[in-house]
Amino acid sequence: MSLPSDLKSNFPLLSQTINGHQIVYLDSAASSQKPDVVIETMNHYYRTINANVHRGAYEIAAQATEAMEQARAKLATFIGASSANEIVFTKNATESFNLIARSWGGQNLGPNDVVLISDMEHHANIVPWQILSAEKGFEVRWIPLTPDGHLDLSQLDRLLNGVKMVSVTAMSNVLGTLNPIREIADKAHSVGALMAVDGSQYVPHLPTDVVELGADLLCFTGHKMCGPTGIGVLWGRAELLDAMPPFLGGGEMILDVRRDGFTPNELPHKFEAGTPPIAEIIGLGAAVDFLDSLGMSEVRQHEIDLTNYALRVLNDRYGEEITIHGPSNASERGGVLSIQYRDVHPHDLSQVLDQRGICIRAGHHCAKPLMRELGVGATARASLYVYNDQADIDALAESLAPAGELFAR
Amino acid sequence: MSGLEDLYKEIILDHYRSPRHRGELDSPPAHKTEGFNPLCGDEVLLTFALEDDIIQELLISGQGCSISQASASMMSAAVQGKSVEEVRKLTRQFKAMMSIHEESIGAEDPPSEDDKPFELGDLEALKGVVKFPVRIKCATLSWNTLLTGLDELEV
Repeated sequence: MSLPSDLKSNFPLLSQTINGHQIVYLDSAASSQKPDVVIETMNHYYRTINANVHRGAYEIAAQATEAMEQARAKLATFIGASSANEIVFTKNATESFNLIARSWGGQNLGPNDVVLISDMEHHANIVPWQILSAEKGFEVRWIPLTPDGHLDLSQLDRLLNGVKMVSVTAMSNVLGTLNPIREIADKAHSVGALMAVDGSQYVPHLPTDVVELGADLLCFTGHKMCGPTGIGVLWGRAELLDAMPPFLGGGEMILDVRRDGFTPNELPHKFEAGTPPIAEIIGLGAAVDFLDSLGMSEVRQHEIDLTNYALRVLNDRYGEEITIHGPSNASERGGVLSIQYRDVHPHDLSQVLDQRGICIRAGHHCAKPLMRELGVGATARASLYVYNDQADIDALAESLAPAGELFAR
Repeated sequence: MSGLEDLYKEIILDHYRSPRHRGELDSPPAHKTEGFNPLCGDEVLLTFALEDDIIQELLISGQGCSISQASASMMSAAVQGKSVEEVRKLTRQFKAMMSIHEESIGAEDPPSEDDKPFELGDLEALKGVVKFPVRIKCATLSWNTLLTGLDELEV
């Protein structure tokens, strides 16, 4: 089984031209495009059942609530959660991490504690801990990298000393590296620490099972997996979430409010204050259906094949003029290719590519500690998803040389 | 590739390939100030020696894209030997060319008849950046950093 060859036709945005060229979208690690079915599902919600959820007794309010809770159940199944109540809707993965830090961290971390993260984390899994650390006085400790872009786990036992929480990405948004989450989780658990996982780049691209991963908490976002922006997910084991205090306060997250206090609602509503992004949740449910219809194993195989093709084409053509950061073996990485071509600055490279309708990302990818480790200020990143094909890679490869003509010093 | 030549004029590429006034002065006595573009990771480090309100020497280090580096190089050439007041005026003029107008009610020095604009020279080549709004921050990075440095010295 492989992905349908006409998959691009499901994504209306990909049919347009930019600067006179058919668009080549290679920035799905930043945000994926949306298939018709997601856009239509959200339109349908607004056109037929738009009403606030968990409140009205009337027909469309009941339908909206039902549609939203179905989406929650789909997400639970999608990541192997044991119950839909373990799926907490947030704004994005960043908010999910802030929820963990504020709620769990606020209750459990003090001056002698350690949170262990890594040198390849996104700022979303760094800054919330740093903010809290400034208040609570715990240490934020870093797992270093090996030269080939893996986590250096040789000192993990020593690094785990005093650690209460390990929070690591399952896949780097810069290097594409897939990390051995299960191995890290087992070691974390052996010293009594919890394991939080950044699944932002992983969940959209690989079959995900939170039990197999050994995770206690998992953060990911909807807009990188064919869903809309403004909707993210925090999954956590029910008993862990149950023991955590509320994050944001307001409507929906309470069972009772009195002058002398409040009683928090049950999971998952305890963590969902205020009217949720209903259309976005239902849209994300449609995205899950779409990915399920493709099959996540097929999605993964497609990206291995395409990543192999890209590595081969770019390295064959440009040899020593090009550096592609991260593991050289596609089975150890996702389809995220951070490229350094000659000494062309990533911003200039992406500007030249844009003139040919090719969308790549230039910058630090919200991973400045990693940029410092790599010794660069920025990288040009091409990232792949279900709709990309070999022609997209060919267009990218064709366009590097002209950028070199213009800018190489 | 239509449009690109508006941005990447030959004089810009020349300043990018052969940047002027690269390096760092010892600080102190020179003043040191750093600027970042959080969007693209560009960094600029300015060291400059100020004497009698005149920039005696200014050197630039750091790294970034062609636009930020060329703009910094051109700025370094333009401000050597200028007074702080002249530098502030030139910066306003440059940023106005980038379509950034300092909104100020009761401005300190309202434009007058004798307030003739500077010849922008090489800097004129950066005009095309306006057509590429995401790059304006690249072009203004070194200028804003210099303003920060002057503000730090309260001159």
